[in-house]
Order: sequence, then C-alpha cells, then structure tokens
Amino acid sequence: MKNRSLQEFSKGILKENPTFILVLGMCPTLAVSTTAENSFMMGLAATIVLVLSNVIISLLRKLIPEKVRIPAYITVIAGFVTIVQLLMKAYLPELNKALGIYIPLIVVNCIILARAEAFAAKNNPWYSLLDGLGMGLGFTLAITLIGIIREFLGSGAVFGLQIIKNIPMPSVFVMPAGAFLVLGMLMALISALTHKKTEIKDCSECPMQCLPKKEKGDN
Amino acid sequence: MNGDTFKLIIYISFGTILMNNFVLTNFLGICPFLGVSKKLNSAVGMGLAVIFVMTIASIVTNLTNRYLLVPNGLEYLQTLAFILVIAGFVQLIELFMKKVTPPLYKTLGIYLPLITTNCAILGVALLSVQNEYNLWQSAIYGASAGIGFLLATVIFAGIRERLDLNDVPKYFKGLPIALITAAFLSMAFLGFKGIFG
Repeated sequence: MKNRSLQEFSKGILKENPTFILVLGMCPTLAVSTTAENSFMMGLAATIVLVLSNVIISLLRKLIPEKVRIPAYITVIAGFVTIVQLLMKAYLPELNKALGIYIPLIVVNCIILARAEAFAAKNNPWYSLLDGLGMGLGFTLAITLIGIIREFLGSGAVFGLQIIKNIPMPSVFVMPAGAFLVLGMLMALISALTHKKTEIKDCSECPMQCLPKKEKGDN
Repeated sequence: MNGDTFKLIIYISFGTILMNNFVLTNFLGICPFLGVSKKLNSAVGMGLAVIFVMTIASIVTNLTNRYLLVPNGLEYLQTLAFILVIAGFVQLIELFMKKVTPPLYKTLGIYLPLITTNCAILGVALLSVQNEYNLWQSAIYGASAGIGFLLATVIFAGIRERLDLNDVPKYFKGLPIALITAAFLSMAFLGFKGIFG
C-alpha cells in the first residue's frame, strides 16, 4: 500500500514525465515559458486543476456512463479551470494578464484529460490524488526548466533576477522561435539520456479524439 | 462596403494568417500540427477541416456569447459554454455531412473528431470574444486563423517529407528535429511582423 502510493506519486516526476516522456500538453509548454515565473505559475495552475479533477472524476467513476464519459470529464475539468481563473483574476491580476487565454485553455490541456481517462477513471481517489500531484509536479518542473533556460538565454535573468548585465543576450529565445528551439534541444538530450527515439505522437493517440467516436485518421 | 470595412478585413486576415500565426506565434494547435504533418495530403485535409471548424466555431460562440451569456451575466461560464457548444455543433455538422455530402465527409470527416475540442478551436473562440469582434469580424477571424494553420502545416509537411530522406543525427530523429524545424519556420514568420508592424 505504502509502496504503491509512493510509486503512483513519483512516476510522474521522471519515469513518466508528462512533458518530456509522454509528450503531452505541448501548447502551454511552448507558449507561456517565456519567463521562469510565468512557467512556474502555469504549472501550479495546471497542477491544481489536475489534482482536483482527478479526485472528482475518480469519485464519480462508477456513476458516469461509459458513452458520455469524455464530455462529463471535460465539464468537471472546465468547472475547476473556471474557479482557478476567477481566483487568479481576483488575486493575481498581473499574472492573469501575462498568461492570458492559456489559463482557460487548461481545459483542453491533454495532460489533464489523458490522466482522467487513463488513470482516474480506473483507480481510487487516493491513488488518483497522488497521480495528479506527481504528474502536476512533473509538468511544473519541466515547464519551469524550459522557462529558466529561455529567460536566461533570452534576457540574462532567472526568475526576474538579472545575472548577466553588460552582455546583450540573443532575444530570439524569448520569442516564439526560441520555444521550439529550446524544447527541440531538450528533447534530443532526453533521447540521448534514455537511448530512446522520441516519436511524434500520432493524432489517433490523443484522448480528445474519442469525444464523438473512435475513428482513426489515415496518417 | 466602404473603405474602412475593407481595411479592417485586410487587417484582421493578414494579421492572423501571417503576423500572429496561430501555430507558429500563438502555439495553438501544436498537436495536430506535429501529428498530421507526416504527409502532405493529410496535412491539406486537416488544414481544410480546421478552416471549416474554426469559422463555424467562431460564429457559433460569438452568437452564444452575445445572446446567451452576456444578457444573463454569465460571462464567467464562457470556457465551459464554448467547449460544449463547439463540440455539439461540430458533431451535428458531421452527421449532416455524412448524410448529405458523403464525398466531402470522406475528405474532411475523419479529421473532425480530432479537432473539435482542440486548443486552437477554443483559442479562436476565446480570442475573438477578447478582441470584441462582431459577428462577421469573428467569422473572418476564424477563417483566417484556419488559413494560417493550413499554411503552416502544409509548409511544415513539405519540409518533413524532405527531412525523412536526410541523415539526421541519431538522437535528433523524430520529435527533436521536427521541433527545431518548426523553430526555423517560426523565425521565418517573424519576418512578416516587420512588413505589417
């Protein structure tokens, strides 16, 4: 029991890291990682939604009919996202402005729906809570790492603290192109460390695609 | 149509297709961008389906927002309402298409389930509300966002078809090289900012 709990929690951090190993939720990872602070807060917001929705979906897993499960999950997730969004608007208005539409877009973040579908729908609330925490932490660490690299290379600062002052830094790293470049390099590094080829996910693996019905694209 | 409307149309469409390209600048719809760009054919099919869904989604959500949410003071339910309305509407169209125009369904239909609740589609809806577009402006915005997606994905698919024939370093194979390719494509699109900005 204790071992299993620890395992469910820790798998999301390294072994099944949602960003680097499972390659889920690319959109927010690339979009908000311009500074370390934005990335960290985005990770935190996603973690809160992930933990709460995992627990609720796990509690409701026997009540939700198989056929309408995805719309039901999306409704639960959207409810929590709205709560987080309203809280952020009230207490952290500046951050809310910086993250913009990427906060409401947590609803369609693949990590959250994928965990609901693959884990919370099959396991009890305690394990789902730990799974959500671990996956959320893994996502937060990954996105913060990308944020730190981009902020440092692009402006010479880390978490807003200026480290390099007199040398002009290549600002391309805080631009959209830098996000693709940094993530590509990190993925290659991960691939070298794990000796595995990072495949591009086919759209048929996306949890979203089972919303109306299961049909495979010809890709 | 007077000169100002025409100017606005040009401004919205070029701005959305080239300057603020949905995929390469806003990072919306990265999953289908990477997932369906292996072959040029499927990239074109997906792109057309995205244009179609984005235009419809942005019209439908604009109406939902104006006639359902705002009069009742329910703006905070935007995210939830939009996602349900989009998913429901797209499914309705899918059924309609299957019945009425089977050839069209064959080309676009298979991509529809993949994109109904995609972040790019919800993104279009949320951004057009945020920009306070009226009905026809949001329709143009949706269509342009879709065209921008088509453009980026088709160019990317073309590059990736060539990339398959090249000798890529072992650990860069697959996703890493695709992301680095996207980085250069994004840099190229950055150039458009200079033209219109």
